[in-house]
Amino acid sequence: MDITMPVDAIEVSDETVPIDRERGLFLLHQMLRIRRFEEKCYELYQAAKIRGFMHLYDGEEAAAVGIISVLNPDDPIVATYREHGHALARGVPMTTCMAEMYGKQEGCARGRGGSMHFFDAERHFYGGNAIVAGGLPVAVGLALADKMQKRPRVTACFFGDGALQEGEFHECMNLAKVWELPVLFIVENNQFAMGVPLEISECVPDLVRKADAYDMAASCVDGMDILKLDAVARRAVAQIRSGAGPYFLEVKTYRFRAHSMFDAEQYRSKEDVANWRQKDPLVSFPAYLKAQGLVTDADIAELERQVAAEVKESVDFAEAGTWEPVEDLERFVYSEVAS
Amino acid sequence: MKQNGKNGNGTLPVIEMTYREAVKEGIRDALRRDERVFLMGEDVGLYGGCFAATKGLINEFGPDRIRDTPMSESAFTGAGIGAAMGGMRPIVEIMTVNFSLLALDQIMNNAATILHMSGGQINVPVVIRMATGAGRQLAAQHSHSLEGWFAHIPGIKVAVPAVVEDARWMLWTALEDPDPVLIFENPSLYNMGGTLPAEGRPVDISKARIRREGKDVTIITYSASLFKSLAAADTLAAEGIEAEVIDLRSLRPLDDETYVGSIAKTHRGVIVDEGWKTGSISAEIATRIMEQAFYELDAPIERVCTAEVPLPYAKHMEEAALPQPEKIVAAVKKVLSA
Repeated sequence: MDITMPVDAIEVSDETVPIDRERGLFLLHQMLRIRRFEEKCYELYQAAKIRGFMHLYDGEEAAAVGIISVLNPDDPIVATYREHGHALARGVPMTTCMAEMYGKQEGCARGRGGSMHFFDAERHFYGGNAIVAGGLPVAVGLALADKMQKRPRVTACFFGDGALQEGEFHECMNLAKVWELPVLFIVENNQFAMGVPLEISECVPDLVRKADAYDMAASCVDGMDILKLDAVARRAVAQIRSGAGPYFLEVKTYRFRAHSMFDAEQYRSKEDVANWRQKDPLVSFPAYLKAQGLVTDADIAELERQVAAEVKESVDFAEAGTWEPVEDLERFVYSEVAS
Repeated sequence: MKQNGKNGNGTLPVIEMTYREAVKEGIRDALRRDERVFLMGEDVGLYGGCFAATKGLINEFGPDRIRDTPMSESAFTGAGIGAAMGGMRPIVEIMTVNFSLLALDQIMNNAATILHMSGGQINVPVVIRMATGAGRQLAAQHSHSLEGWFAHIPGIKVAVPAVVEDARWMLWTALEDPDPVLIFENPSLYNMGGTLPAEGRPVDISKARIRREGKDVTIITYSASLFKSLAAADTLAAEGIEAEVIDLRSLRPLDDETYVGSIAKTHRGVIVDEGWKTGSISAEIATRIMEQAFYELDAPIERVCTAEVPLPYAKHMEEAALPQPEKIVAAVKKVLSA
């Protein structure tokens, strides 16, 4: 008997959407903001301005930007501890993000969260979850609330490939499909669960195939190509918003830097990293835009100038920020209800 | 449930119902009052709840609001948390406390922390109900009393209704709370009858209650152990010893004022806790008494807890492991003779 997996629901998405100068500049600008913000964070970590765990998104920027840019501003987002890019792409101000990195009370979580726990209720950004797969049930619940209240929103739930090895992933895929909830599950497959490569941790390393077990619509996309991401995300989001239930998107990507600031990267070769660097969306995308005659070197230089100014402003904001008084230590354990 | 007309004093009308009916009535009332409320959990709908506490509700409210879930404690508990963040007022039912361990990640890492991690931006108004406790020969994995363990966690509240009135009304108070509330129901209470005011109204869940007044010793307890303690108090009364029995009702926050106040009156205390003694809520209470009323004590505090053993199946062994009225009587006599 042939027991190979049916492949109907699975596709590698190669479609792209037409792009104009404005959109091209927008996407490039957003990716540059993330990259330069995190480069500054790295520097500030070395200078001990930032402490704790810090996980950089370097190399994966196209995923957050490509997907979040096609969401509505009130579509909820649930992300992981590698969430700086998602927060910035959603529009959480870089100033409050940097202040959060510093632990200042002007930060987007008052300095209570730090690098791994950015939150912004006003912008429907629901964290910053540092338990692998821990955000998935919350995303399912947010989508359930939308469905029950008949709000036509789509919850975008980002997680890494390691999350697929957790029970919560499987529980949530099943629950979201059984209840046909409006969730876009996005696995950012950077090919390592911390330092464990997929080949030795996944019996089915072709992650998009997982969706088939839940009869869920799914696609796999090159995460280094923002135009493909843009196209597949538009289609998936439209499908979910139309009431067709959840969607699973595998984004094949790569992180150029270590897992965190405490990672000697014994598990991969410098050559592999260098090879992937060739696909850097912050190299390939501007090259594409120039080749299409949509932007010029001067445009890119102008974007870099704007981003540098924004990063500087964020550092100034964080430096000028204040420490929450220690007397407030036990606040925010329970809601402060006016009596 | 039946209308009794008047109570013993001939004043306030009271009604009579079982603890199970009270739980159901509480859920039904909440569903009627607030369209944001819904119940989800394993077998809450078609089956009617594994303790029949939600029987028939699916017919009344439909499968959207009485939601049967897959066997996925972490997913549906987390979904309750997310739905609460999204504007609903979910009641999550976890069949028994042992299964809550499969949802501990969501309870501890999300429900209890999100308000704080978000710097006060995002609160989680979810209510999680579960059955707790031993005494029905269900052996080691189905007999835990972990409510004291959950009470260790800042960010959640832990309610332990013992009497029918609390079973009926604590739920609504919990649903009105902006933060996560865990409600622990001991299944041995479901068949117990009781009276409550016909004109019921929400009860607070942060205050302990004195269920029996006495001057000689204070017995501090909660949930099903309340009734063992009251039985012990009856036995003691026959011997001329007047025990004051305190029903904690809430394990987080603890109402220090009530039990410390009672100790200040009786100067002797016994804590009855179905949890294991080591690291238990009884240890916390004893410590607080020591911190707040050391010089009021005429004798060391005694504790009656479950023996430090996974609960055995055999009836005589299980009974031997659990707090029993005789053990409470013995503990009281010990503190009185000190």
